[in-house]
Amino acid sequence: MARVGVVVFPGSNCEHDAVAALSRLGARAELIWHGATSVSEYDALVLPGGFAHGDYVRPGAIARFSPVMEPVRRFAADGGPVLGICNGFQVLCEAGLLPGALQKNRGLRFLCTTVTVRIDSEASVLTRGVPAGTELRIPINHFEGNFTCDDRTASVLRAEGRVVLRYVDNPNGSVDDIAGICNKGGNVVGLMPHPERASDPLLGSGDGNVLLAALLASLETSARAGVGTG
Amino acid sequence: MPPERFSVTVEVQLRPGIADPQGATIERALPALGVRGVSGVRAGKSFRFEVDATDRDDALSRARLVADRLLANPVIEESSVTVGAGPATV
Repeated sequence: MARVGVVVFPGSNCEHDAVAALSRLGARAELIWHGATSVSEYDALVLPGGFAHGDYVRPGAIARFSPVMEPVRRFAADGGPVLGICNGFQVLCEAGLLPGALQKNRGLRFLCTTVTVRIDSEASVLTRGVPAGTELRIPINHFEGNFTCDDRTASVLRAEGRVVLRYVDNPNGSVDDIAGICNKGGNVVGLMPHPERASDPLLGSGDGNVLLAALLASLETSARAGVGTG
Repeated sequence: MPPERFSVTVEVQLRPGIADPQGATIERALPALGVRGVSGVRAGKSFRFEVDATDRDDALSRARLVADRLLANPVIEESSVTVGAGPATV
């Protein structure tokens, strides 16, 4: 059974949703306090949504210095799957594990709604086996979700197939309609939409399970291939 | 030499070319206030703190480290650091 660690920063607020959604899909999901200095017992890590360290200075700016981020960095460098959802995506960008930055939404509105996103690349651990073009209904809940990067970075992301998800109807002004991206290895993924909040039709959509199940399936595959990071 | 206490101001602004919806909103509101002729409004942040350092250069280099590594995100922001007089010996 895949063991997934969900990092809790002071101010995280989606960690239990992530644990619940992953557990229902058969994973052994556990909370990890941000002071942890080792994450080597996990097969995958999730940086959940919320307001880490109050989002003071900028979202993710202080979380980047949390003790857990050094082992997270090593885990990612060794190819371990790391998923950043919403605030977690902001943390990964601030930490330099993903390029770009999440700026205030165009129009300066806090957005809390369900959007349609389209899979653009199967090259990430979150979308492996999910055909490009698949559309999913997933909630967003953010003020700083406007993905921003320079033109060169944007063209590199496109050329390397690292735009994982795009908004069908761009809600926040993100460059190139980007809702989620991955690193070069495809093992570090950040996205603004909340798949863990779309984990049951009772919540309005079960589409988030497509992504979370793909993540768990990719762990099985890598474990069988002997490249798991344990 | 005993350390001196320097007051530091760090200003953080969005880089030129990065959309600043807050600045644009402020600018659009000015005519309603009856103020004309104001353009190029950019919103930013200001941070103030004190640094105990051996001299001004030491204070400046540490303040720059704080500004570059924490207070500004170089992807979208730039910062300027001003070190004030350091009269008080700690």
